[in-house]
Amino acid sequence: MARIWIYAEINQGKLHPISLELLAFARSLGGEVEAVALGPGAGAAVEVLGKHGASKVLVNEDQAFADFLAEPATDTLEALVRAQSPDLVIFGFTYDSRGVAGRLSARFGVGQVANAVDIQAEDGGYVARVPYFGGAKVARMKVLNKPGIVLIRPKSIEASETGGTAILENVEATIGAGSRRAKIIDRVVEAGDKVKLEDARIVVSGGRGMQGPENFALLEALADSLGAAVGASRAVVDAGWVPYSMQVGQTGKSVRPNVYLAFGISGAMQHTVGMKSSKYIIAINKDAEAPILKMADLGIVGDAVKLAPQLTVAVKAKKD
Amino acid sequence: MKIVVTVKQIPDPNGTPKLGSDNRLLRDGEVVLDPGDEYGVEAALQLKEATGGEVILVSMGPAKASDAIRKGLSMGADRAIHVSDEELAGADALLTAQCLAAAIKTEGPDLVICAPESTDGSTGAVPPMLAELLGIPALTFAKKVSFEGTKVTIQRQTDDGYQTVESEAPALITVTAGVGEPRYASLKGIMAARSKEVKKLTIAELGVTKGSPAEHVLEVTDAEQRAPGEIFEDDGTAVERIIAFLAKVKAV
Repeated sequence: MARIWIYAEINQGKLHPISLELLAFARSLGGEVEAVALGPGAGAAVEVLGKHGASKVLVNEDQAFADFLAEPATDTLEALVRAQSPDLVIFGFTYDSRGVAGRLSARFGVGQVANAVDIQAEDGGYVARVPYFGGAKVARMKVLNKPGIVLIRPKSIEASETGGTAILENVEATIGAGSRRAKIIDRVVEAGDKVKLEDARIVVSGGRGMQGPENFALLEALADSLGAAVGASRAVVDAGWVPYSMQVGQTGKSVRPNVYLAFGISGAMQHTVGMKSSKYIIAINKDAEAPILKMADLGIVGDAVKLAPQLTVAVKAKKD
Repeated sequence: MKIVVTVKQIPDPNGTPKLGSDNRLLRDGEVVLDPGDEYGVEAALQLKEATGGEVILVSMGPAKASDAIRKGLSMGADRAIHVSDEELAGADALLTAQCLAAAIKTEGPDLVICAPESTDGSTGAVPPMLAELLGIPALTFAKKVSFEGTKVTIQRQTDDGYQTVESEAPALITVTAGVGEPRYASLKGIMAARSKEVKKLTIAELGVTKGSPAEHVLEVTDAEQRAPGEIFEDDGTAVERIIAFLAKVKAV
């Protein structure tokens, strides 16, 4: 039976939610599904990983995994892969996991398939679907080499429980003498205590059509009335209107809320690749030719800056 | 300080990508320096201005793909290395990283600067592979970079803000648009670029051998489009209709 591993990323003591999405994919591949969790807090993640289909979780809680980027985790994962020979190792396409997966695939000389949105078992192997050229094209790629290393974009699948239980197996931390190098010395949270973008049921997002950073307050107010999170297009993030953590798209976050409201966003591929899996899309743009209007369930040719506050008033009235 | 910036020439991201019969992207249409790499060049030039030193571009691509390199040189980079070989057509990320690593090793830079991912491929696999092959740490997704003495410090984007990450040089960093708007090439810069050195290297000269690729492309299709919905001009009923829609999907 094929042995499939997922890299369960631990961030500041907590399991990254992508790990549960990876388990949903791993389960569908028809093999023995196991997880590797490294860093303080890894042990506490075993229960939920088991509930989502991992039969075993390899755990080490060394502080070095939390303090240094990529290298300590790569070293330990390398030793585990050499000792246990999984057929496939699946990572999330996240800030931290990308560094580990890249180094690991160079170390084994096996390459990788990154930025995938799907993986399936086919003809005794694995085939991943990968969007590229800003999401305009999709390639189906057969994973060669062993171990196969595949990275999957967040929100490509819904996590789901199976109700299982995982065995916790403590493993050794194998960390090279020179691997404590890229050191995290400080962490700053900019997102505040509002609804998290990647978890939100409703996302209110703004682009250039909002005309200036001051008008994002209008979207914040609307989001508050809806219980939504606020996102943004790359153009306004690059222009410094709002922080990077709000960016939706290829180089930002992927979201799949129930409703995505796009205010003054044109709908470049770069952006839509991160939100087109939303269940419903409502878009407002002055330009009748904007691509976002053509992919929206409800597209309005109109003034985003004018409509946002009016909508806030109407939502509040509806809720009262 | 010696800084290497990796640069890639890509089909114009605002154009329509065309594929050849072998499913490879045709690279003979309108081409540009990857916009992500412009930030890398900008970050390198800022560091050079602050600390002195030299900025070297390293690129891999077809022989005629030298426009991207010229653009970077016009912005102010000092010279370039162009890895070019017919053997490399369709190279995967690992082979690309191996070639870039071999070329970069001939320079022994203090800092290697990359974009987090290319705009056409978007896999982001090359930078961490490159760091591994060079045996140096990777400080990724930097929105701010500083260099003091022998230490590089970055502000690294995270899901909810940023981290401050530091390391001794040599190191590889990937930079985002936060490092600042890329400068325009001045007329003087464009003229000067014409006489700057671009060293060509083949994979035999680099001593790189092609391994087996990580994947086999079975097919390429256009991305699925969402079915179009209803589009209407705001005639004063927009708010009403949005509320009705939100109510229908139980969002209010």
